[in-house]
Amino acid sequence: MPHLSTDVLVIGAGGAGMYAAIAAAQHGTSVLLVDKAQVGRGGATIMAQMTVAVALAEQEPDSVELHLEDTLKAGRGLCNEELAALVCAEAPKRIREMEQWGTRWARENDHIKQEMAPGHSVKRCCYVDFLNTGPAVAATLRRKVSEISAIRRISNLAAVEIIVRDGRAIGAVVLDLVDGELIAIHAKAVVLAAGGLTKLFERNSASTNMGGEAYALALWAGAELIDMEFVQFFPIGHLAPRLVGMDPIMWDPYRYKLGGKLVNGQFEEFIDRYGSTDFGQYNATRDVAAYAILKEVEAGRGTPHGGAYLDFRHIPEAQLRAAFGPVIDRLLVNGIDLTKTPVEVGPMAHYHMGGIRVDVNMRTRIEGLFAAGEAVGGSNGANRLSGNAITEAFVFGERAGISAADAARRASAEWDEKFADETMERLKSLGEMSAENAIAPIALQVELQKLMWEQAGPFRTGDKLTSALSRIEEMRKKDLPECRVGSEHRFNLDLQDWFELRAMLTTAETVVQSALARPESRGAHQREDFPIADYRFLKNQVMEIKDGELATRWVVPSRLDRSQAIHG
Amino acid sequence: MVERKNKTARLRISRGMPGGERCYDTFELPYEDGMSVLDALRWIRANLDSTLAIRYSCINANACKTCMALVNGEVEYTCIAKLTPNLITVEPLPKRPLIRDLVTDSVPEDEKV
Repeated sequence: MPHLSTDVLVIGAGGAGMYAAIAAAQHGTSVLLVDKAQVGRGGATIMAQMTVAVALAEQEPDSVELHLEDTLKAGRGLCNEELAALVCAEAPKRIREMEQWGTRWARENDHIKQEMAPGHSVKRCCYVDFLNTGPAVAATLRRKVSEISAIRRISNLAAVEIIVRDGRAIGAVVLDLVDGELIAIHAKAVVLAAGGLTKLFERNSASTNMGGEAYALALWAGAELIDMEFVQFFPIGHLAPRLVGMDPIMWDPYRYKLGGKLVNGQFEEFIDRYGSTDFGQYNATRDVAAYAILKEVEAGRGTPHGGAYLDFRHIPEAQLRAAFGPVIDRLLVNGIDLTKTPVEVGPMAHYHMGGIRVDVNMRTRIEGLFAAGEAVGGSNGANRLSGNAITEAFVFGERAGISAADAARRASAEWDEKFADETMERLKSLGEMSAENAIAPIALQVELQKLMWEQAGPFRTGDKLTSALSRIEEMRKKDLPECRVGSEHRFNLDLQDWFELRAMLTTAETVVQSALARPESRGAHQREDFPIADYRFLKNQVMEIKDGELATRWVVPSRLDRSQAIHG
Repeated sequence: MVERKNKTARLRISRGMPGGERCYDTFELPYEDGMSVLDALRWIRANLDSTLAIRYSCINANACKTCMALVNGEVEYTCIAKLTPNLITVEPLPKRPLIRDLVTDSVPEDEKV
């Protein structure tokens, strides 16, 4: 049986995972960085085309306190204020560190250029360029990781379970996709940085790697999740005409810069019908905009693909070309001429506010198990402020790496192959049950995505959620064990899909159960049967597995002591 | 736009493992304007043959750069290569070691088990 050993195992090699690996190595430990895609090329970071929120105060006066205030306001009262304060306070250090490592933030007049973005009270968002911020920061981190000899990278390893012994995380079992074999990895500390869950929904802006595995792995290991009902639906994701070679959420900065009009199927502006002024300012927050578009669709005033039109036709061609630059040609290749036709946009699952419950040192309640990046829950409350996702990937990644290194140094080196035996044997027997005529796991994934979109998506009701829950349970108990995964081991995507589906079903269940248990509408969680925010639910839901079943309890959001200065 | 409906696309896809017989499977699928070759490959996996081995991560942003294959003999990112209603042949990159079907070994040596 193959076996790998390390001080710190980092699962997921996007922005948070790579940052954690660097920080742990710089604190004197060996690191194994694994990703189910290729290291530094999967996950969400590489997809981010836009901006990074940070109170550098280079463009105009700003402060950590003001950034925090905007973040908490967007979070609708549910942010873990300690985590949010950590993000805002540490952001300037991380952004400048990235600059030292080679990221060329866009500059003007000798300072880093910062732009306005929805929900921010000042120009705060820096970028590399509007299309390449994610790929550029991923490239910086990939290069930095490759320069550190204490970090070993392995691509195409999908983590399928954390190994826990005596209440302590001591490694993970991973699927080696190329050979189709399970491998036990021994680690003194484990960082879960495998991103969010947007792949659970039919309409999403994710890469294919975001099936919510980090949450399921944490839950199965005995850690707690928080706020799983809060999925951010990005309001103006691209729907039609088919656009390839671009991130589907590309329109936001252009809309902002140029004043692209958001209109319904009858070409009327409509955001003001939903309690937000937007005309000429385009600063309606994401939850309000997503809600407004789908309400128009429901009222029969949507576009053919079930969204709204984003219309740039009132803007002169020269101005469009100046603002879009080479993007205008990429659009033309896709048959999209903005001077002649509006595009169709609509909400799509974009980010998860909920996630693994951690303290300010990124510790879960399981010793030796840490989380970083989007996998962490609580910091963004009921709605994330634009630009904070890459920021938290860096900040949480660095913090998790240091904490994991400290934990690894304190841990004993004791490891025996037999520690992994139980997990390995159980997982192997799971992968072996397969009937020739049974359904492929990818077909069930497609069914789950449709179910989650229609019954647990932007609009929810008790009835829809209850029906979703019963089908998900049935899929988990009856369909999953009977899937066809094929006998061929080498690059067997059915096998990867099966393990992914197993995690997706667990995570989907946490989302639906949490949504069902919150009878109010707040931020990204919209219950049509309970349309008003109810002060009695100004609380977070914590979820765990108790006696083999999901159990939830309510906790009061973690608040800051306002008399103290904010420290990172 | 109406006359474009109900069109189909056909893909001829190289299958097989290293050292074994290589063969071609032809798949037919519904075609819509603007679709990419990767859209078609993903549709085939979800609806016709889930055993087809392909590699991709970012789906359509052309950001991860891991979805390359030979499309009608040319090296292309399948996520931005446009599908057409004509027959398209998709094969693995010829200069890289084959892993399975369209997947070749693109991972640097120091990123392997």
